[in-house]
Amino acid sequence: MTPGILAIIVLVLTAAGYVLGRRRALALAKRDGARLHSLPGHYGQAVALFTMVPALLLMAAWLFLQPLLIDNQISSQIPDSVIPEGGARSLVMADVRRIADGLDRLVETGRVSEDALSSMQADTTDIRGRLAEVGVALGSDVAPAVFDAAKSYRSIADTSALLRNIAVLATALAFGFLALQRVKPAMRARNISETFIRSLLIGSSLVAILTTFGIVASLLFETIHFFRLYPARDFFFSTVWNPQFRGGSDLGILPLLWGTFYVSVVALLLAVPIGLMIAIYLAEYSGRALRSFAKPAIEILAGIPTIVYGLFALITVGPFLRDWLAQPLGLGTSSSSVLTAGLVMGIMLIPFVSSLSDDVINAVPQAMRDGSYGLGATQSETIRKVIMPAALPGIVGAILLAASRAIGETMIVVMGAGAAARLGLNPLEAMTTVTVKIVSQLTGDTEFASPETLVAFALGLTLFVFTLGLNILALYIVRKYREQYE
Amino acid sequence: MNMLTDAAVEETLQPLYKPAASKMTGKDVTVHYGEKQALFGVNLEVPEKQVMALIGPSGCGKSTFLRCLNRMNDTIDICRVGGSILLDGEDIYDPRIDVVELRARVGMVFQKPNPFPKSIYENVAYGPRIHGLAWKKSEFDEVVETSLQKAGLFNEVKDRLHEPGTGLSGGQQQRLCIARAIAVSPEVILMDEPCSALDPIATAKVEELIDELRQNYTIVIVTHSMQQAARVSQRTAMFHLGNLVEEGPTEKMFTNPDDKRTQDYITGRFG
Repeated sequence: MTPGILAIIVLVLTAAGYVLGRRRALALAKRDGARLHSLPGHYGQAVALFTMVPALLLMAAWLFLQPLLIDNQISSQIPDSVIPEGGARSLVMADVRRIADGLDRLVETGRVSEDALSSMQADTTDIRGRLAEVGVALGSDVAPAVFDAAKSYRSIADTSALLRNIAVLATALAFGFLALQRVKPAMRARNISETFIRSLLIGSSLVAILTTFGIVASLLFETIHFFRLYPARDFFFSTVWNPQFRGGSDLGILPLLWGTFYVSVVALLLAVPIGLMIAIYLAEYSGRALRSFAKPAIEILAGIPTIVYGLFALITVGPFLRDWLAQPLGLGTSSSSVLTAGLVMGIMLIPFVSSLSDDVINAVPQAMRDGSYGLGATQSETIRKVIMPAALPGIVGAILLAASRAIGETMIVVMGAGAAARLGLNPLEAMTTVTVKIVSQLTGDTEFASPETLVAFALGLTLFVFTLGLNILALYIVRKYREQYE
Repeated sequence: MNMLTDAAVEETLQPLYKPAASKMTGKDVTVHYGEKQALFGVNLEVPEKQVMALIGPSGCGKSTFLRCLNRMNDTIDICRVGGSILLDGEDIYDPRIDVVELRARVGMVFQKPNPFPKSIYENVAYGPRIHGLAWKKSEFDEVVETSLQKAGLFNEVKDRLHEPGTGLSGGQQQRLCIARAIAVSPEVILMDEPCSALDPIATAKVEELIDELRQNYTIVIVTHSMQQAARVSQRTAMFHLGNLVEEGPTEKMFTNPDDKRTQDYITGRFG
């Protein structure tokens, strides 16, 4: 029985629990002439929840812990002699798992019977050949110790799967039965289902929070690993970025941070004024018909994949800037430049700024406008002196959110600004950003053990800290805004 | 003595009984919101330096008429105004009239107190600033102080002029809005149910203030409270279903109205 079928059985039991619980509540109420505390469906829900939740929780825990426990046990069986020179125990364990998997398939497809399998020996049978029949390719012949480990892996896995099935079903039945016994007209079934809904919602939000923690933890772990191999001082303060895969690289983050900062600033210089003016026009001046057309049209910009913007930068904006600006001014000959990436990224960010600011401006109460117009202020005076100050914190929040998008953007930079890490002021030169370097350090067939690859995690963590800081700042400002005119 | 004709007698006596000169006059005012007509040819004179109350059941058009008096209806796209409204004999809907200047002369206080999210000082200084009525800091200080004093708020807020106006109580906020309107030295102040969001004590203070302001300003107030209309106004106009039912001295309107609908409304039989 696979976990999927087991889960389906639990769900069927749950449905049965619902029907039985509901029916029992109604029957009891009728017999005793008592009034039900909750709706009949609530009793059904309560029984269903007691049937389903503990059983599924047990199953989840089991599925999570079982491989860990089995691995531990098997890996202690494997003698050191079969571990190849320079290899790791974990690689042998991976082989064991694959062989066990292959044996399962051999039995399933009927090529080998269970009895024949138990008498199979690694030194007499061509295990590698037999496994290849079912599509499990092994790199070398199987050592007897490994084969034995695989066989015991199978048997332990089988037993524990059986145990799991029994335990899960028993839990479902036991809890369901207990709950059914407790159904009485006075039982507060409504409260049980309310509590459950609340826990479900808390659980969902925990998923998001825990994921964030998980991401930070994994970044942090690898970053610490990196700083053991490479001095943190050089990473943060060196002005040279020159990775060498033979070792002896310079991995200074400053040129990358500078590139990120420069490109983002160019992008924001374009996006913020245009976006804001669009927002003001849409919110204060445009008629309803125009607005209902223009707002979605501008938001389409936000839906274009960044790689498409990248293409635009690469084949249109880049060559245009090179031919009409860089070369006539003698400032460079490269079609990839900070300006190219910044401008294209700015276009990408316009809808973020305009859409969010438009919402914020619309949220300023009409009473503010009335008050200002009633005093004889013109429309632009009202916008400048009343609406903008009232909406400013929200607008700053929108800008900071756009800024964190800019900092995290990769594709447009690769295609628009190139991949050369450089500290310079000329906006018509190629430069690059943190995100681009994370990609380039991790692409290719590399081992996660050298500072050249691990630096990607340190870069990622730095970036994460920056964008997190920006987001917290944005949220703080937006929250402050909310208190202003309530 | 017998040389005086009846007409001459009337002429000599008239100034004693004639109502105060009219500050604003509505002539055959109609208003449409899109397809829906909200006002059907209203003729009404607003007397100078008196308080005129507009009463009537909800949706009768009294707020609409009030908002015509300083063209606040201009901010509503679908609103069309017909007829004419005169301010000191000039039609305010004349294309040559600057709406900015008009609203400086005809100020407005709204139903819900709506101070700007700025300091108390900046709230009051806002009008003078946009109309260029003051330039130096001392001038602003003076206009802020006198306006707050006229609104009866100065003593309560003099130690916290630079704190946000939104931090005041509801009644204080409404008086701040009145101070804000006074600061541009308007001739007429329109009030749209200024006390409907206030408790009885704050209401009493605002009413007292309205009574004082009458000496310097012409005031038009929309109210749902009959007692308020009776307490603060000298003249009352009754609206019903977009029509002006009748208009007259408040005392007469509340004791001996001509129209049965007014009688019924005032005594609470409908509305």
